[in-house]
Amino acid sequence: MLLVLMLAPLLTGFIRKVKARMLRRRGAPVTQPYRDLLRLLRKEVVLAENASWLFRAAPYLIFAATWVAAALVPTFATGLLFSWSADLIAIVALLGSARFFLALAGLDVGTSFGGIGSSREVMIASLAEPAMIMVVFTIALIAGSTQLSSVASFMMSSEVGLRVSLGLALIALVMVALAENARIPVDNPATHLELTMVHEAMVLEYSGRHLAVIEAASSLKLLLYISLIASVFAPWGLAQAGQGPAAYAFGIAIYAGKLAAGGFLLALFETAIAKMRVFRVPEFLGAALMLALLATLLMFVTRSL
Amino acid sequence: MSAALVLLWCVAALLAIGFLAIALIRLSATTRVVYMASFVVCATAFTVALTHLIGKATSASTLVLPLGLPWLGANFRLDMLSALFLVVVNLGGAAASLYGLGYGRHETAPARVLPFFPAFLAAMNLVVLADDAYTFLLSWEFMSLSSWALVMSHHREQDNTRAGYIYLVMASFGTLALLLAFGLLASPSGDYGFAMIRAGTPAPWISGLVLGLILLGAGSKAGLVPLHVWLPLAHPAAPSHVSALMSGVMTKVAVYGFIRIVFDLLGPPAWWWSTVVLTLGGATAVLGVLYALMQHDLKRLLAYHTVENIGIIFIGLGLALAFEANGLAAAAALALTAALFHVFNHALFKSLLFFGAGAVLTATGERDMERLGGLIHRMPLTAFAFLAGSVAISALPPLNGFVSEWLTFQAILISPELPQWGLRLLVPAVGAMLALSAALAAACFVKAFGITFLGRCRSPAAERAQEVDRFSLATMFAFVALCLLAGIFPGFIIDAMAPVTQALVGARMPAQAAVPWLSIVPIAEARSSYNGLLVFLFIVSSATFAAVAIHRLASRKVRRAPAWDCGFPDPNPATQYTAGSFAQPIRRVFGPQVFLAREQVSMPPPGDTRPARLRVQLRDLVWDTLYAPIEGFIGLAADWLNVLQFLTIRRYLTLVFVALVALLLVLALWR
Repeated sequence: MLLVLMLAPLLTGFIRKVKARMLRRRGAPVTQPYRDLLRLLRKEVVLAENASWLFRAAPYLIFAATWVAAALVPTFATGLLFSWSADLIAIVALLGSARFFLALAGLDVGTSFGGIGSSREVMIASLAEPAMIMVVFTIALIAGSTQLSSVASFMMSSEVGLRVSLGLALIALVMVALAENARIPVDNPATHLELTMVHEAMVLEYSGRHLAVIEAASSLKLLLYISLIASVFAPWGLAQAGQGPAAYAFGIAIYAGKLAAGGFLLALFETAIAKMRVFRVPEFLGAALMLALLATLLMFVTRSL
Repeated sequence: MSAALVLLWCVAALLAIGFLAIALIRLSATTRVVYMASFVVCATAFTVALTHLIGKATSASTLVLPLGLPWLGANFRLDMLSALFLVVVNLGGAAASLYGLGYGRHETAPARVLPFFPAFLAAMNLVVLADDAYTFLLSWEFMSLSSWALVMSHHREQDNTRAGYIYLVMASFGTLALLLAFGLLASPSGDYGFAMIRAGTPAPWISGLVLGLILLGAGSKAGLVPLHVWLPLAHPAAPSHVSALMSGVMTKVAVYGFIRIVFDLLGPPAWWWSTVVLTLGGATAVLGVLYALMQHDLKRLLAYHTVENIGIIFIGLGLALAFEANGLAAAAALALTAALFHVFNHALFKSLLFFGAGAVLTATGERDMERLGGLIHRMPLTAFAFLAGSVAISALPPLNGFVSEWLTFQAILISPELPQWGLRLLVPAVGAMLALSAALAAACFVKAFGITFLGRCRSPAAERAQEVDRFSLATMFAFVALCLLAGIFPGFIIDAMAPVTQALVGARMPAQAAVPWLSIVPIAEARSSYNGLLVFLFIVSSATFAAVAIHRLASRKVRRAPAWDCGFPDPNPATQYTAGSFAQPIRRVFGPQVFLAREQVSMPPPGDTRPARLRVQLRDLVWDTLYAPIEGFIGLAADWLNVLQFLTIRRYLTLVFVALVALLLVLALWR
């Protein structure tokens, strides 16, 4: 649990650094997100006058739900201690809880920007979540389980092979991950231009430690998605339960490599593509939903594709 | 005394309370007496039903009263299925009575509510207890009429008479469909007792026809699309505790009717039945939540949301039918448990939400969300209860709504084992609809809670709001506690439902109480498991850990300042997002297809000081394509038949004679 928490800001910093390098800038050092978090934590909170208790409780709830979800995804080893307490569907739903409270927090102060962010966020989520559930269905049907540890162990075995439905599910999952983490082309994490922002608009009224907690939660979410993709679609090098410390060390090294690769690809993708108009997003996510549904249908029709 | 007899005494007591209310209507204490007595009776009935269900009584408790049809009597029977639904009915009834103790004080016309409220509770109990077609239909109609009287209690308010009229027409239509269904079921022997019907095996085409009629009859009461039109009109029109009963409990009685007839009386199902039920369920779930998102009236939004949840329940029932038809008993038990669990859950959180809406109505006199806002500051306890209900209904862990949806998803994941191609193609599509409706439900309740309780007050009425009385609050918090308990200890509820599935589909889910750490495991642990307790503990402990650590180690200072809003804060509350604008992105995505939505902006020319206007036009396609033509046809037919009212007596006699001859002729040819 602590590992993901420590690594998450590093990943964010790494992606920012790579993006800056690709734009021929020098960029902030990779440890910058840690410094930002520490600085925010030390500052006082400036609370809007009519903010309610929900506004103050929401950051911690969002953080807790995301952290629990992130802790349930295998990182460098399968057979987590509590992996049976929640399966993939529950992880998706936990992220849904986090989003529910974030959207409410956006509405709490009663500003127009908060509202715009919340209403767009729920629109995006209303398409991204079913697409995600369909991806989960596909994976669960292939692996015969919705338990992430079992899925990862199954994917490491040799019975999987190349499958059309897995490919479709991977594409859909990547599209969902981009939307859920507010990355380009759905949302821009670096903008404060009012017409284009979604996630940033919801957290506009937050400051100090509240903002730090929310930032940490969004880094965690990004890490979660990359770990999820890695553990399902590239499970090589995951240490099995009961193997020696050497296997664990090897697993950690491989995991760091996977995160770096994932972050690099994300940065590459973000620099290469432009942001979409908000009302093109439903088409983008609708495509993800259809791809995932197609993958599930393939699995229902024949178990071998 | 047998359990069924005790329950019938409870029903008789409820009816007596109704008559008492008529007799004492002039006294001011009547309100309190009626609700208190109803509460006590419902609580007794709840205890009896629960002990019957948990005690796993081996034999059903039956009783025949010398009422009803002379050769049949009025048969009553308490088996596992009826015990489960009696638990739901009386839990909702007890809560509504308790809530009524506070809420009923603000009633402007108590004489129109008090006699019918206990009668409505009695009728719902009777439907669930009935063991022959005659008693069933009589109680069913009694239930419809008593609830109709409650819907009409505020008949002077705008639109309420129309709501009552449409409800009456739809309820009569539904009862007619059920009457025909029972007629078909009882045809060979002419015996209307459920025991005889159960023993017979109807021909396949008859069972198919009966299924269609049941879907019309029970479906119209439950609110299946396209028979849902009366529901969002009638449920909000009633007083709020009655709305809670109608939405949370009466729709469940309709589900009971469906389960009783299709799973119990109709004999072994054919696989194609499930395709009908699944399609209707999926369409109901998605359309219900989309309609709900477009509403600005808080109670109407909740009523449309009931439609969505009925869809989810019917998806579970359809899956159970599909598995049962193919002999996959364990899977059928899982799907049926999911549906029954959702019945229980929906009764909990929908009642809770209607109680919350009633509290808002009491405090502000407003149902229109566009005129509310900021209530979390003035009614913090109601806000908390409504928030808990919203989280539960949006199927978010760790509350109970998630558990039943998770079980439904698990049932869908077994369905590749079904041999029929039609089902294999249909089930994933229904799964996608279920996921879509779950995500849209979350959006809908962000809107419902966010616009009503958060932000700044949009009207003076909202600014003057005050927290409601302690009876209402106690009821709401009891249900919040139940939602949480059902969410973190789902294993116990699943085990309590095991005898029901054992009786209906001949299998049960594996016993959950023995699983370590109170997880729930539908099939095998390697396949899937969920532990609400641990998830709840994890979230609570990590949130507390984060909060404490940050407050201790970092800063804990707070400064209040005006809202930032990117540097452009505007003190006018009209600059906030409204319910309409919040739903705009979703309306733009789904609206053109589902509602033929059109938006028109009329922008005055530069220099003109008139405000720009945005007009949104939504059309209800179900009403336009199905009901409007029927309405038109009835109007036309009435015009034609109008001629018959102005004939001479000679012609009338001729008409009677011709009719008589025609009937005799039919009879002669038939024999």
